[in-house]
Amino acid sequence: MVSNLAQRNRTAAATAAAAAVRDPELPMLTLADLGVLREVRLDADGGVTAVLTPTYTGCPALAEMRADVDAALRDAGFADVRVETQLSPPWSTDQITAAGRRKLAEAGIAPPGSAPVRVEGPVPLTLGPTWSAVVHCPLCGSPDTEETSRFGATACRALRRCRACREPFEQVKEI
Amino acid sequence: MSDDDHVYLSLAEEHGDDTRWAFGTGFTDPLHGVDTALPPGLDARELTALCLALADDALVSAQRLAEWCTRAPELEEEVALANIGLDLLGQARLLYARAGQAEGEGRDEDALAYFRDPADFRNVTLAELPNGDFAHCVVKLLLFSSWRLSQSQQLTGHLDPVLAAVARKGVSELTYHRDHAAQWVVRLGDGTEESARRMRAALAELWPYRAELYAAAPETRGEVESVLAQVLTAARLDAPADSPAQPGGGRDGQHSEHLTALLTELQSVARADPEATW
Repeated sequence: MVSNLAQRNRTAAATAAAAAVRDPELPMLTLADLGVLREVRLDADGGVTAVLTPTYTGCPALAEMRADVDAALRDAGFADVRVETQLSPPWSTDQITAAGRRKLAEAGIAPPGSAPVRVEGPVPLTLGPTWSAVVHCPLCGSPDTEETSRFGATACRALRRCRACREPFEQVKEI
Repeated sequence: MSDDDHVYLSLAEEHGDDTRWAFGTGFTDPLHGVDTALPPGLDARELTALCLALADDALVSAQRLAEWCTRAPELEEEVALANIGLDLLGQARLLYARAGQAEGEGRDEDALAYFRDPADFRNVTLAELPNGDFAHCVVKLLLFSSWRLSQSQQLTGHLDPVLAAVARKGVSELTYHRDHAAQWVVRLGDGTEESARRMRAALAELWPYRAELYAAAPETRGEVESVLAQVLTAARLDAPADSPAQPGGGRDGQHSEHLTALLTELQSVARADPEATW
């Protein structure tokens, strides 16, 4: 019983340490907020394994995240640390938590709407303006905003402009 | 601004080799920590060849897109093209890593990207064509991304779970690439007299390269032709007549001199000091 409890406490400590690591490109979010930390588990050999999933295949931040998780777990007292990558199922912006969405908005970055629903078979073409969902300006709150570019300073962000307060802002784009 | 808010501050800190963001050599295997066992019943040579061809298409296209940096017509577009190139580079890294594992001769992504000669590359000719004007860029991107999206979508059912997973992630990214290109084709095709003239010229030059795409992945033809027809109709552009001269040969290692020039630049630093990590 004691060892079970100790085991649970150790798992909780490892999970908390890994979950608190910040995203290098969106530092207001932890990896848990972003939804890229899939699992933290204690292994039979006494080591700890954290499982991460990449946001975009070319995201250069993944190596940084992996190193940061490794360092955080070592700081938390785990000597034998493994960080695994999981490609499937792929990450989607739907996995950003409610807390993560709130933190994004507070930092002036509009959170994503619902990710496009993926059905079997060929992907339909989109020729018109893309997302019909209303994106509120994170600065003044107006729903009257427009996309200026779907590609921003990092792979995960789009550029928008508020028609009401005229300020440009970024949005985490749906994927 | 607190330290935590400064995106680039962590780059300056010393904490290990994995923190470099620029692309060089000697990075951690992009499939590090992924279960990479080959499923039984899979032809490893076939998987190697498929991954290598898909990786070469992506790497060479990414390099051409990167050449638009500082040359695009507007800043947003430069950022967009660089982003699209970065997605393709990410796909290339995973596919090279998978090709190396399936091949089983100890070649990693660096060996495959930096230390093969042009005749060993299997990319389609379209990918290596030198950049022209912006009309040429968006037509090339429309053809390439429509084809690669169709192919990736079909590969999501591949027997190899790693290739299937890479393809599935690619579908989400390529959907953005194709839509971006298609929207530009419509805007320029149905734009001014000058933009329409440039679009017609770009289409006339690039249209024949479709044949090589369909020869490489015949099951993509129906979908891609349908997508192209939709885009051209919306753009008020006519599809050029299919010419009898159909360039090709990329999948057999027959390339134009343009690939040699591209690879000479791409591989120059790695080859100048093969032992160095940068």
